[in-house]
Amino acid sequence: MIFELFIGIGYFVFVKENSKGLGMIWIRVANHAVHIKNDSILVHGAKIIKTILLSELFAVKANIYDESELPMNLLSVNECGLYCKQGDFYIDPWKPVKTALITHGHSDHMRAGMSSYICHHHTLPILKLRLGPDNLVQGVSYGEEFEINGVKISFHPAGHIIGSAQIRMVYEGEVWLFTGDYKLSVDGVSQPYELVKCDHFITESTFGLPVYNFPTNQSIYESINAWWQENAKEGVNTVLLGYALGKAQNILAHADKSIGDVFLHGAVDNVNQALTEVGYTFAGTRITADTRRDAIRGALIVAPPSAMDTPWLRTLKPYRIAMCSGWMQLRGARRRRGVDRGFVLSDHCDWAQLNQAVRDTEAKQVYVTHGYEHNFSKWVQDEYHIGASIFKTLYNDAEEENV
Amino acid sequence: MIDFVHLFEAIDGSTKTSVKVAAMLAYLQTAADSDKLFAMAVLMGNKPKRPIRTADLRIWASEESRVPLWLIEESYYVVGDLAETISLILPPKARSVTTDISLRDLFDAIVALRNMAPEEQRKLVTGYWSKLEGTALFLFNKLLTGNLRVGVSRKLVVKAVAQYLGRTEPEVEHRLMGKWSPFDEDMDSLFQDDLQEGKHFLPYPFYLAYALDKDPGELGDMKDWIIEPKLDGIRGQVIVRKGELFVWSRGEDLMTDKFVEFEPLRSVLPDGTVIDGEVIPWKEGKPMDFSVMQTRIGRKNISKNVLAAAPLVMVCYDLLEWEGRDIREWPLHKRRSQLQEILAIFPVGNILKLSSAMSFDSWDLAENYRQDARKHYAEGLMIKHRDSPYEVGRKRGNWWKWKTDPMTIDGVLVYAQSGHGRRANLFTDYTFAVWDQGELVPFTKAYSGLTDKELFTIDNWIKRHTIAKFGPVRSVTPELVFELAFEGINASSRHKSGVALRFPRIVRWRQDKPASEANSKEDLLNLIASKHESIR
Ligand SMILES: [Zn+2]
Ligand SMILES: [Zn+2]
Repeated sequence: MIFELFIGIGYFVFVKENSKGLGMIWIRVANHAVHIKNDSILVHGAKIIKTILLSELFAVKANIYDESELPMNLLSVNECGLYCKQGDFYIDPWKPVKTALITHGHSDHMRAGMSSYICHHHTLPILKLRLGPDNLVQGVSYGEEFEINGVKISFHPAGHIIGSAQIRMVYEGEVWLFTGDYKLSVDGVSQPYELVKCDHFITESTFGLPVYNFPTNQSIYESINAWWQENAKEGVNTVLLGYALGKAQNILAHADKSIGDVFLHGAVDNVNQALTEVGYTFAGTRITADTRRDAIRGALIVAPPSAMDTPWLRTLKPYRIAMCSGWMQLRGARRRRGVDRGFVLSDHCDWAQLNQAVRDTEAKQVYVTHGYEHNFSKWVQDEYHIGASIFKTLYNDAEEENV
Repeated sequence: MIDFVHLFEAIDGSTKTSVKVAAMLAYLQTAADSDKLFAMAVLMGNKPKRPIRTADLRIWASEESRVPLWLIEESYYVVGDLAETISLILPPKARSVTTDISLRDLFDAIVALRNMAPEEQRKLVTGYWSKLEGTALFLFNKLLTGNLRVGVSRKLVVKAVAQYLGRTEPEVEHRLMGKWSPFDEDMDSLFQDDLQEGKHFLPYPFYLAYALDKDPGELGDMKDWIIEPKLDGIRGQVIVRKGELFVWSRGEDLMTDKFVEFEPLRSVLPDGTVIDGEVIPWKEGKPMDFSVMQTRIGRKNISKNVLAAAPLVMVCYDLLEWEGRDIREWPLHKRRSQLQEILAIFPVGNILKLSSAMSFDSWDLAENYRQDARKHYAEGLMIKHRDSPYEVGRKRGNWWKWKTDPMTIDGVLVYAQSGHGRRANLFTDYTFAVWDQGELVPFTKAYSGLTDKELFTIDNWIKRHTIAKFGPVRSVTPELVFELAFEGINASSRHKSGVALRFPRIVRWRQDKPASEANSKEDLLNLIASKHESIR
């Protein structure tokens, strides 16, 4: 069992227990993992500021070091987000900062209050829709190189949603890559994932457990259409819940329109409308107060998960409802949602894809962010014999989109 | 078993009872006769015992999937179910599987596993693993781990079987009493009347009361009702037939061997007598606490000391069979007076006691008693219509239970755990603490009682207020206060806090209270002390 103790911003201590009690202990100060033995923690060449008792429970002591004396990484996590000290910019920060590079438009990655934003062109309309028109924003294309304070930066397709990017950074000959959210499978809507080789690979791990091996997208689309057809035949509406940005467009692109009409929740239509600005069109009619409910008999209705248990949903009766999400892989999650069906349609890598990405990038160091970061980083270390550690972030794809 | 897989999916995928019953009926109409009883057994929760060690299962799964054991363990924390975890971890099949296995053969294999050497077991299990996928693989693994549950109540299964056989539900319910084995029975031996001779040990289906959900005044004239104290023991039936004695618990366990006190009744009561009542430890003229009962039941050997410490009696409240005749149709008052007569005539000693019928001048006075029930060693009142027949299962209208209010206490959330069962990835299992000399001592866990919305909010809060992680458990900053209700409280040396609660549950999130205003350990101890004296 691994215990993790949080002892202040940037300081984490991991204690691995063996049957005799304490085994290996290591501390991570900022992002540096240092293995130690017994109950003292040493970082070579750095001065100890103080020693603290971490846990009375396990009688663990730790030394605290001055961060400036520790070996330097290009990227680290501080209280505002994923920070590049050399370039003095943040990626997907969670607190207001001067310069924010944004991987994609989901609300846990793109937050309000930054002095300036840099994102892919196709994320621009989303940013305008969600954060207002008055932000200082710069759009970039995939593959276009630019520089901030000597750090070379480029955005590359992440295959997660429209406009999603992996961010590549080069400094002193070393390549760093932050994936943001990504998937290797092709959804037919977002620009497909591009493999970017790197030295330092920072990957999400939303579905970083071996129980998450998803069926092919094609088979999911087929089951969705078959279910819709079945419902339509009985004169029952089919409501599909999926994030308004990303999942909704994925669903709409593959719905078999010969089965019936397609209707949209306002939140989905808002995103679709915004995306027309950059050249996308999606099927579906917005449901308004004037929409005649008898006109939507047997139709497909796409709505965000937040529409569950709302008066709006009740007006769509009779309906059957399904959730489209990678989380639907687990029976427990399916049941918790209280839906009739769960379709395992994911915009994230599953276990096999995460592993493929780690291998294919040929990185010598892997940093794991949001998801099952402990498990996945340990797995990477053991399986591929390369360095792996954890970046503690506040991204959260269990509820990345509540709109 | 593909038809059973479809049945399971249909039941699992719906919350509508009509859909579930229709799916079961459709299954019964089309399934092979030899499979039906196995399906019914599983649906009613009568499943084969776990045939192998789950530790072995983990190892085999690890080797088949090349996923290390520690990662299987971590995945299991998240999934909350070992069978499901293994089903998801096993490598996907190259080709889809076409051969079907009969449910009967599958059960034979499960049972055969029990007597195999580990290497043979492994061969059989991995053989099935390579043949099954999806829900079928999951069901197989659930049978291996011995915890297959299907989302239907017994009542619904009875309903479907009754429709299928064209019989009434009470008839079917009666036939399905007890722990029958699908290996020893077939549809005829279970349901054909002329084959019922040898089944004199079977109890009647229990009639269960509904919780009173209205003003008792609405029940009308008090004289129409028989009111009894509701005792906190184990509901049971004492059966004397053909010179033999059987004691059944409501859980349909045959408890004759555990309840040795009742043995003399075999020669005291006449054949063809069935009495319904509450089995409860009784000493010095009054019932003892339920925890005494629990320890008594937990014992393998019932020594003299145990017998002396927790002597059992049955407080009798109904007579279901007399002189070999099923008298459940008689009005309650008639059954009761017959019961009273039997207890008076036959030398039942102290083993059988008549449940006392209470008389109150008004519902208000009954309400006073209910509120003080614990003082009277009861947990409330039973209100039964004097003309009521003895029905089958839980029915509204004639029998009501009117329980005393639960005890409540305000506790502080200190630990949270995720991934237990149905709520993967969500922190839903909470541990609560009370104050003890300026420190918080954990005293109970509680799960149910919050809305999904509250759960999501609290889950989010927990993720942001984690102090430390211990495997799947997180300690959180002690800020949130919850009102907890429970049915009983006892001193316990096994718990660090010194108390053990019965049926603790969350009543509500006290967003109005800071942690400093939560209750203390002293308050808990006072509850124990005051249990039988006065009520808070
Ligand atoms: Zn995302
Ligand atoms: Zn994310």
